[in-house]
Amino acid sequence: MEKFDIIIIGGGPAGLNAAMRLSNMNYKTLVLEKEKVIGGKLNQWDKLFPDFTPAIDVLKYLTENIKQENTQISTSTSVTKIDKSDNLWKVTDSNNNEYLADAVLITTGFDVFDARRKEEYGYGIYPCVITSVDLEKMLETGTINFPIETSDRRRRIAFIQCVGSRDEKSGNHFCSRNCCICAVKQAIEVKEVVPDSDVYCFYMDLRMFGQHYEELYRRSQQEFNVNFVRGRVSEIAPTFDNRVVLKAEDTLLSRPVKMTFDLVVLMVGMNPSEGTKTLSSLLDINDEYGYVVSQDEHVADNLTNKAGVFVAGTCKRQLTVPETMKDADSAAIEIANFLNRR
Amino acid sequence: MNRHHWIEYQKAVAPDHYFFGRSCIRQTFFTGSETAFIDIVEKELGLDICDDARQHTCTGIGYHSDIIPFLTTSTVIARLFALMTEKGYKNYVPSCITTFGLMSEILETWEHFPETLAQTREALYKATKREFEVPENISHPCDIIYKYRNELKQKMKYQLVDKNTGEPLKVVDHIGCHYAKIFPTKGIGGAEFPEVLSGMVESWGGSIVDYAERRQCCGFGFRNYLVQADRGYSVSNTYKKLESMAPYEPDLIVCNCPGCTMFIDKWQYTIAEMEGKTFDKYGYGIPVLTYEELAGLLLGYDPWKLGFQIHQVQIEPLLDKIGIKYNPEEKFASASGKQLIPPEKPVNLKV
Repeated sequence: MEKFDIIIIGGGPAGLNAAMRLSNMNYKTLVLEKEKVIGGKLNQWDKLFPDFTPAIDVLKYLTENIKQENTQISTSTSVTKIDKSDNLWKVTDSNNNEYLADAVLITTGFDVFDARRKEEYGYGIYPCVITSVDLEKMLETGTINFPIETSDRRRRIAFIQCVGSRDEKSGNHFCSRNCCICAVKQAIEVKEVVPDSDVYCFYMDLRMFGQHYEELYRRSQQEFNVNFVRGRVSEIAPTFDNRVVLKAEDTLLSRPVKMTFDLVVLMVGMNPSEGTKTLSSLLDINDEYGYVVSQDEHVADNLTNKAGVFVAGTCKRQLTVPETMKDADSAAIEIANFLNRR
Repeated sequence: MNRHHWIEYQKAVAPDHYFFGRSCIRQTFFTGSETAFIDIVEKELGLDICDDARQHTCTGIGYHSDIIPFLTTSTVIARLFALMTEKGYKNYVPSCITTFGLMSEILETWEHFPETLAQTREALYKATKREFEVPENISHPCDIIYKYRNELKQKMKYQLVDKNTGEPLKVVDHIGCHYAKIFPTKGIGGAEFPEVLSGMVESWGGSIVDYAERRQCCGFGFRNYLVQADRGYSVSNTYKKLESMAPYEPDLIVCNCPGCTMFIDKWQYTIAEMEGKTFDKYGYGIPVLTYEELAGLLLGYDPWKLGFQIHQVQIEPLLDKIGIKYNPEEKFASASGKQLIPPEKPVNLKV
């Protein structure tokens, strides 16, 4: 049974950043990634808000700076069992390999909300309804694929915020924190690809908390003419010509709106990934949603109540990419301190 | 159509031994529906169903109009359950969607607040000396027809197909709010895309029209109709629905709620009289059927015994389209064969 200083479960931005820091401190590190390739959600995103940094650049930086001789990466591998054995953590993977380590870092991240659960928006039924992840794939190719061809009218595109976030019906009371600014970014990108279009964004309230977010929101209106409508969408239904009609209430004008669109983008929220739910439950450190609970959100946010088990990134709550990276940095420091004390 | 998630909303429907609860509205306006349902269950499917003469209202309309308090309603419904218990049945089948919604609401309340169940038992016993068991299963008749839709298809003489073109008929399905909107898991297919009627239609050869106002209220809305001053809302609601479906040229509308069937049918007359407008090409209106009437027609039951004379929009153009044989002479004949006086014809809606 091979022994490592640290096993990192999850090879997304948090896991890779922690692996980079720890391997450069000469700790022997193993990264277990359930997908065929490392990178996690960085592989699904074309550009990152608020500065349009290509996601691939971040991934490239991380992989190039991991100290190879101290790091072993195993892909297509998920964890099936984790338990403590003689002051060490024993991790069993889906190939029945067993590893020992002084410390374990959980960075199993999030899954996007399955938009089909919001039946009223018709994702998976109407081809005009897509998710922010689908749009990102289109933006990567530089074209927007409208399901219905037309040459004689301006295209109309809607973004719907809070799909599976702050939503009692889907059981997700939390804010996913990324979607507001991501919609602004994507709205600008859509206007760049299809300048002859009208873009509307339906929101409950816009949470522009990060640096340069507010500026980008302002720019989207002043330079790109993106329209923001305060109101939650009640339902989406097909029109006779196979576009979709969207019903909402404009709560600033206090009147119902009903508009026809060529494309509707659902800004899907963040849910704990299946891996996060499995591990948090195996270790009994899960909250009501299945996220990993840290020991203390204020002073020990990378520790859990299991000695030697650390946590970083979106497996504990909704974070942006920069926040995830910083969280992984601090987890690496905590782990280094823990290993030094041994 | 990908129903990956909605398929998860599959409810348990009891396979046999039903205690049937009749509907106030349906017995008045869709007189053949309930008899057709009993015939389908007993004669076509060979199952056991009890039609108890002692049954009564569920108070649904009074309850939803805020004139009957919850404990009264739950006690009246408990009496219905007591009749079921006395007959030795455990599966209640309420014909009316409002009864179905109300029973679901009461069972849910009893589960979360057991003291209300105890209060109801006490009130029922004091008033009637009756006791009851909570039903093991509450299924709407449309759930049962849906469950056995493929078995029924084997026995059907006709399909939902235009006999002249061979094309599937275009059918609008309309689900009553109290079927799945109150408790989505109690309806087959959930709240937004219920499968119950569309499943029947597709199984019987028709195609479903998915139009913008598919989930819009039928117009009944209790208060909108019961308060006379609000009836304009009711008509305009139905108008919105009909206007939205009209470009698809639907051949018929099928409903599972008595209120919806009644209002979508009768407001077509009102709108035609008020505005001279009908929603089909030829001025006859779009026929509105209950699911039992639809099943009965396809099984070859006599349209006049199913009660289509009493519908506002007349059925003959649809019968001709499917190729269903009927005798026009018998349309207004009484049970003894005597010819009754036909009703007065509307001005704008052709019959």
